[in-house]
Amino acid sequence: MEHLHQEKVSYWQLVKNGIFKENTIFRLVISLCPAVAVTNSVRNGFLLGVAVLFVQVMVNSTVAMLRNFIHPRVRIPIFMLIISGWVTVIDLLMAAFARAAYKEMGLYIQIIVAFASILVRAEMFASKNRLAPSFFDGLGSGLGFLIALVIISFFRELLGRGSLWGFPIVEAKPMLIMLLPTGGFFAVGILMGFFNWIDMRFYGGKGAGGAGGH
Amino acid sequence: MEKEFTKLFELFIAASVITNFVFTRFLGLCIFFGVSKKMETAVGMSITFTAVMTIAAALSWLVLTYVMIPLEITFLKIVIFIGIVAAFVQASDTIMRKVSPGLYYKLGVYLALISTNCIIIAVPLINTAEKYNFLESISFGFGSGIGFAIALVLMASIREKLELADVPRPFKGMPIAWIATALISLAFMGFSGIITL
Repeated sequence: MEHLHQEKVSYWQLVKNGIFKENTIFRLVISLCPAVAVTNSVRNGFLLGVAVLFVQVMVNSTVAMLRNFIHPRVRIPIFMLIISGWVTVIDLLMAAFARAAYKEMGLYIQIIVAFASILVRAEMFASKNRLAPSFFDGLGSGLGFLIALVIISFFRELLGRGSLWGFPIVEAKPMLIMLLPTGGFFAVGILMGFFNWIDMRFYGGKGAGGAGGH
Repeated sequence: MEKEFTKLFELFIAASVITNFVFTRFLGLCIFFGVSKKMETAVGMSITFTAVMTIAAALSWLVLTYVMIPLEITFLKIVIFIGIVAAFVQASDTIMRKVSPGLYYKLGVYLALISTNCIIIAVPLINTAEKYNFLESISFGFGSGIGFAIALVLMASIREKLELADVPRPFKGMPIAWIATALISLAFMGFSGIITL
């Protein structure tokens, strides 16, 4: 019983790690393209976040299950195959069930295949761990990504359209610039600086910002 | 014939400045922020990218038209395109190591990452979605590559100056680079509407 309890705690740790300590966008600063591309409305940001969450969890689980059959020397191409397979699944699903959103951001759904965050998780975690921890690691990392996208799109839609999830919130004249590409870069820059500030002010971090990468 | 050439040229201009990959389509941001710290790396990287993108566009068009459409497996395009790009990048990696070891030493790390880069895989995907023909595909790929090169070189020259600027501490590094990018993209909006395809 004691053992089981401990495992549960560590699962929660894994999820928390993905959301806060290793948040894909704000902490690791990888897979940034969608952070700007689809976050001009909360709905699109949320949908892409869900798509990434799905792919991340499925890829991690698949890799963890197959890890004993994959020869280490060909692991990266195999991982890419697994990832692109699951991306095809979500691509076709979205095309069938979320047509309006798919028209707007179909390209970015397909681009999930090139997300470093997914490959990194598969390589660093899932290829070395059993199914259950890998599942929760994927869940945490995907949730962290989803939350980051929702935060960014929350500010952009609120300021740019005066609405949230399509429902009007404020009557004031919106700042159109937040919906344009410029606003996306700006919002991410400001938020990143803000999180660095929190880190420095309250947790004594160095606030060096991410190293950057894919 | 002349009209066709005009169309290709328009496509090239549109891909390079109007729908610039970095500033309006937000692709390749990862590598854009990763390698824009030094001018030298940025230039080398843009040359590599332009070459890879142009050739990837051509290769993927050939495979799409002569293999995937006759076999009716276009739904597998993501899997196949990533395979093509990865194989091609592996080849260019080997060639570069032989031909230019100096450049390879500098860009080797990034070359290894190119195969999983959104900007490269986006070219064949957009070409397929827009149903471009062979020459149009190449023109689009080349234009996008040049557009990325412009973005990278601009950013590198700004960041070399930013290193010396007195930026508030939380904004040092990545955040200020994003805000600078926002300002460049504002400038690039001025190009929109030059050509309507």
